[in-house]
Amino acid sequence: MTTFIPAQKVLRKLPRENAFYFFTSIGNYTGVSAASLEEFVKKILEVNVKSLEFHLYRGDFQKWVEEVLEDKNLANEIKKLQQTKLIGNDLRDNLYLIVSKRYDRLKGAS
Amino acid sequence: MKVKRQTITLDDLDWSILRLLQSDAKKTYSEIGRKLKVAHSTVYERIRRMEKYGIIKKYTVIVDLEKMGKKPVTAFMTVFTDPKESETVAKKLAEMKEVVEVATSLSEELLIIAKVVAETQENLHAFIAQKVVPLPGVLRIRTSIATRKFKESEVTAEI
Repeated sequence: MTTFIPAQKVLRKLPRENAFYFFTSIGNYTGVSAASLEEFVKKILEVNVKSLEFHLYRGDFQKWVEEVLEDKNLANEIKKLQQTKLIGNDLRDNLYLIVSKRYDRLKGAS
Repeated sequence: MKVKRQTITLDDLDWSILRLLQSDAKKTYSEIGRKLKVAHSTVYERIRRMEKYGIIKKYTVIVDLEKMGKKPVTAFMTVFTDPKESETVAKKLAEMKEVVEVATSLSEELLIIAKVVAETQENLHAFIAQKVVPLPGVLRIRTSIATRKFKESEVTAEI
């Protein structure tokens, strides 16, 4: 089931404290952050792939997308990706595909 | 103890008194005097002067969290910062209860080194992600979690 949410809301620029901060492991911050869905799409391609693995399998991406961006549909898509157990660049490519597709759709609707 | 032009020098007796107090700050003047074979009035006078000149900063309590069933995580965090913001970041860290020590260091870049204690690894991560990383001027962070402690003490002899 899909949930209706205003595209503008999901695409909004977030304050610093609500940005997504990319870590490679507990306490190790990469210096890369995303303060909007648009930035998040870009950073998926730039950040160390270890960071993507770290956050995906802890459920951090899903949580941030659902609780901060408030996009339940995208959160569900990310949750499904979590179940594939992908790693490395396969994970990066698939995550990018899911998130960029959602971004393009919301951008078109806004 | 000698005071000359704002510089304070401790003698062997002062250091011996400090060592005994650091092992147990509740020791009485008489107990210290007996151990060091000096009068308790001498011990009293030495301690009073070291307090007066700020050599002895305070008497405190070390709490053993493990006795309360807690196994806290201790980590050493290196925070790379924008040099213009370093002092502000260090001061902000110093105000946080999870941070037990914080200092700046000038190596190749200006860094902040902080000792952090949290209840679990997950709490440590949440603290760094939610309270430290969003501080303006924080560029990146490296954290090492301590697995075994071999020594923890204050300076107990002249260095």
